Amino acid sequence: MTAPAENHALEVVNLKKAFGGLTVTQNVSITVRPGERRLIIGPNGAGKTTLFNLISGDLRPNSGLIRLFGNDITYLPPYKRAHFGLSRTYQIITLFSDDTLQHNVTLGLLGLRTARWHIWRPISFYGDLAAAARKTLDAVGLLHLAAHPISDIAYGEKRRVELAIALAQRPRVLLLDEPLAGLSNMERATVKSLIAAIPRETTVIMIEHDMDTALDLAETVTLLNYGRVIVDGERDTVIADERTREVYLGT
Amino acid sequence: MKWLGAALIAGSLLLPPFLAGDFYINLASQILIAAIFALSLNLLVGFGGMTSLGHASYLGVAAYISALLTSKYGFGHGAAAIISIAGTVAMAAFFGVIALRATGLGFLMITLALSQVLWGLAYRLSDVTNGDNGVAGLTRPAPFGVSLDRPVSFYWFVLIVAVIAFLMMTIFVSSAFGSSLKGVRDQPRRMAALGFNPWLIRWITFVYAGFWGGVSGLLYVYYHKYVHPTSLSTTSSAEALLGVIAGGSGTLGGPVAGAALVLLMKNYASAYVERWNMLLGLVFLFIVLVMPSGVVPGVSSLVAKLRRVSR
Repeated sequence: MTAPAENHALEVVNLKKAFGGLTVTQNVSITVRPGERRLIIGPNGAGKTTLFNLISGDLRPNSGLIRLFGNDITYLPPYKRAHFGLSRTYQIITLFSDDTLQHNVTLGLLGLRTARWHIWRPISFYGDLAAAARKTLDAVGLLHLAAHPISDIAYGEKRRVELAIALAQRPRVLLLDEPLAGLSNMERATVKSLIAAIPRETTVIMIEHDMDTALDLAETVTLLNYGRVIVDGERDTVIADERTREVYLGT
Repeated sequence: MKWLGAALIAGSLLLPPFLAGDFYINLASQILIAAIFALSLNLLVGFGGMTSLGHASYLGVAAYISALLTSKYGFGHGAAAIISIAGTVAMAAFFGVIALRATGLGFLMITLALSQVLWGLAYRLSDVTNGDNGVAGLTRPAPFGVSLDRPVSFYWFVLIVAVIAFLMMTIFVSSAFGSSLKGVRDQPRRMAALGFNPWLIRWITFVYAGFWGGVSGLLYVYYHKYVHPTSLSTTSSAEALLGVIAGGSGTLGGPVAGAALVLLMKNYASAYVERWNMLLGLVFLFIVLVMPSGVVPGVSSLVAKLRRVSR
């Protein structure tokens, strides 16, 4: 028996997505408890990012259901999902490169506030937005760069801004798409500790190829291959599973 | 330095009535009207990333509504102005729903098509619009009993409206909503994921730009006391778009400089060169090659460079 839907932070039921004849998501069902740390692994082309795009609403599924804390969000536009407490980062850095770091984080805050519709006051008038943005930048160790444009900073720092925008929203469910991609060992350690410090009110679902780092952060693991869930469960069980070795780790 | 710039701008706006003859005062009025129009187009092009080739629709329709109401249907100027702006805004709301089904090139083509429909109507619906003859014999309004028939008094009137328009559009783009708009221009997908509704943000901006396009149309018809289908033509849309790009899209001074440039070329070059359009083309080519981001950003980065060298 499955628990009632409200007890899940995220529930994906029989999700299907095909691009023409190519099925990239086949009957995927996943449930994630509130506060859980879930790692999604699988070889290239397994459908991991597609699954994220379906959950965040960038793509529409052909069939199936997506529930966020019991609310059916399957066909909601992305911006409405954000207001239900869903936030995400991108595998390819998606920042506002002419704007300052502080403004980037401010946009994350603004997205969930009614002030985003105000046309009569300059953005600089909102002192609370600036304070909250700077606090988040401080948390990721980038406060000293707050006034610099994104185009001025290094790749590793951009990864942290990517994370800061999402964290500023205090999401209930956070999707991290390869937060460690392209980082040096030192930068990895920094971002790893940032992810580890995310409060338990936030459920974290993460796609990551760097198993050494990611497995430390994860409690549960889902293995995808060819758009299907191959193994799903507690971290150590999944890692020990023969099918995991076969598909992903190689024997 | 900043004060010098402000003093120069204030001087160039306030002095013409005292120093210049009627010809130049009228030219200054026309530049201000074109500047309001270019600024409203820049909300779409520069701040919204929505390149429109049909913005003359709002200028032309506002001008036609006011012209027809006052000349044919006996309306006073006040009522005609309100109806004309309301009508233009309603049209922008409707056109926005159609055009914003697409972005980029698709958006541009839809705005072009819609403006062509209106241009065709102005020509062919001659029972209402007088077709190619245009609507002539119009008058200027007399707000609070002050006649605007003299070039100087009309200039003051246009200047007041232009200053208000400039301030209102400046506040618009520097507001929290302006940040939403620029964010949607740069990263629409991310903005949607952050909780912004890209479509609605674009649509509101489209309607707001239509409103100021309508205001410039009213001033346009007051100035010329005449309206012809060319006011709705693609040429007038394209001229404004070129002005915005040449001056610097996405800046506040750029469209003003661009509009001034186009009008000065039109008035001066046409006196000496018959094919002044060709000369205008060469000037644009020069700007695009030398200052690809426009005259205003180009000159200000040049000034910054010179200062660094001189230090």
